Amino acid sequence: MSSIIKKEYDIPANDFSLAGEASSNVRKLLTQLGVYPTVIKRTSIAMYEAELNVVIHGNGGKARVEIFEDKIEILVYDEGPGIEDIELAMKEGYSTAPDFIREMGFGAGMGLSNIKKNSDRFVLESEPNKGTRVYITIYLY
Amino acid sequence: MTNYFHSVTLEEDKCRGCTNCIKHCPTEAIRVRNGKATIIKERCIDCGECIRVCPYHAKKAVTDPISELSKYPVKVALPAPSLYGQFGQDISRERILKGLLELGFDWVFEVAKAAEIVSDATRRIIGAGNVKKPVISSACPAVVRLVQVRFPNLINNLLKIESPMEVAARIAKQTITERENIPAEEIGIFFISPCAAKVTSVKAPYEKKESFVNGVLSMKDIHIKLLEKIKSIPWDFDGDLVSSGAYGVGWAGSGGECSALETPRTLAVHGIHNVINIFEEIVEDRLKNVDFVEALSCTEGCLGGPLTVVNPFVASTNLKWQVNRAKERDFSGENTAADYQDLLWTKDMEYKPILKLDDNMMKAMIKMQKLEEINDGLPGLDCGACGSPSCRALAEDIVRGLAFETDCIFKLREKVSDLADHMKAFEHIYRQKTED
Ligand SMILES: Nc1ncnc2c1ncn2[C@@H]1O[C@H](COP(=O)(O)OP(=O)(O)O)[C@@H](O)[C@H]1O
Ligand code: SF4
Ligand code: SF4
Ligand SMILES: [Mg+2]
Repeated sequence: MSSIIKKEYDIPANDFSLAGEASSNVRKLLTQLGVYPTVIKRTSIAMYEAELNVVIHGNGGKARVEIFEDKIEILVYDEGPGIEDIELAMKEGYSTAPDFIREMGFGAGMGLSNIKKNSDRFVLESEPNKGTRVYITIYLY
Repeated sequence: MTNYFHSVTLEEDKCRGCTNCIKHCPTEAIRVRNGKATIIKERCIDCGECIRVCPYHAKKAVTDPISELSKYPVKVALPAPSLYGQFGQDISRERILKGLLELGFDWVFEVAKAAEIVSDATRRIIGAGNVKKPVISSACPAVVRLVQVRFPNLINNLLKIESPMEVAARIAKQTITERENIPAEEIGIFFISPCAAKVTSVKAPYEKKESFVNGVLSMKDIHIKLLEKIKSIPWDFDGDLVSSGAYGVGWAGSGGECSALETPRTLAVHGIHNVINIFEEIVEDRLKNVDFVEALSCTEGCLGGPLTVVNPFVASTNLKWQVNRAKERDFSGENTAADYQDLLWTKDMEYKPILKLDDNMMKAMIKMQKLEEINDGLPGLDCGACGSPSCRALAEDIVRGLAFETDCIFKLREKVSDLADHMKAFEHIYRQKTED
């Protein structure tokens, strides 16, 4: 079945002030649709973390959001350095973010696990030097 | 009172339909239709932004006239702390309070004192730990309404304690009935307000059934008369009228409520659009290490309220002097709220989803699809000439059935030029036919 609403967003590299723009847009969209506040909250947290990873680690990329009758599907992807060891990356507290980024309050290593926690289905695909793709599914009801 | 009482209203005669206000409204509550602005009642949070930006002063805050005082045998003034910022540094708090008595009030009770009580209760609530953090201040009614209509996920973060104004009104009424043996109905409690939002919160409270405040006067309305009275009071007058310490006085400006909490994990934001940005950070879990957020709708907090007189930055300097003077006195022992249960809200706050396109989610999705389509066809200039705040807002109004595509002057021009082309073609055929 095809989606009812489809949106694409660019995620620029290295600009923290713009990280969150796409997730904030999606939040407004879901609010207008009358989606439950708790579902909106989970969606925006998951999407923000995925967006932030593309800004910090992925050298910029894109987000595609599709809304179906019963679910939201989000794909956040980049063609950046990719992830060597996915299992390790998923561990809470694991982060390769450099010190200066940590000093800015990012890079606590909780992002990926937070995305997983907030989504109903979560798939992470990554290949070194090719890029990373995060698939998030959240049910509306 | 109806559900949608609003202090902020439009004076139609003065409105020229200039569209200045529509872009500044934080909830997109204003439209210009048929040459006049209208406010969508469900959406307005009484922040007063539109009052500030209207060049023709067509937006105003409805407050009570001073003549209301005569309805009550006993008249009590509750000055908002922001009143202290409206006078220069040669005018002490003692003189301001005495001035109010000379204006015709029988009692004055400082809202600043109640603010100290609220701060003490807040400290206890945060300390107790079983609250959702960050706790968001509920002192500014415009901000509380903003949460109610735009940030349902933050309703549980709101500090569910009555505002200093309500606490002051309650204490004043209790004290006077008990001490003077005067029946409550004979006591008129008047809040001296810096803003429209406070008026609305008295006439249509969200946190309980009925307010303890009987009337709300605009700071602007009484300022000159008050100043006149103050001028005739000796500069060193001290009539034992002050009851608040420095923290309570400091509440008037941005950061005041935070300092009163005496903990570093606080954040103070002011200006409604800045407040929205911080709230977005909170809902996305981006704001870390903060236990308390003071959020005030006006720039520089209540000192920048739409009914204040003095420039907010000047008022902030004036207030600093008042705060420093207040440090000489300490009332902290009196202003405790060990038993803050009385101060808790007695009504739950419900989410009012003003933004949704339809009650049925599937229908809303179809409307959204349509909205996106219409939006793609609009020029994207956000010129406001259609009377909606942005092209997207016009697209939204169209799917809601409140506007037409031809309200957009560019669309109208396209339609007119299409029509002209049709006419030309028609004329051509007609000529050919008649020449045959
Ligand atoms: N889009 C991405 N591209 C490359 N590496 C990534 C990407 N997303 C995550 N990673 C890797 O996974 C690690 C863990 O990610 P995350 O849990 O979000 O923590 P954090 O971003 O705080 O480091 C990152 O430090 C990084 O090494
Ligand atoms: S008072 Fe604020 S919310 Fe109400 S119409 Fe004016 S700008 Fe909009
Ligand atoms: S900041 Fe103060 S003056 Fe401004 S709307 Fe809120 S309560 Fe009123
Ligand atoms: Mg991350």
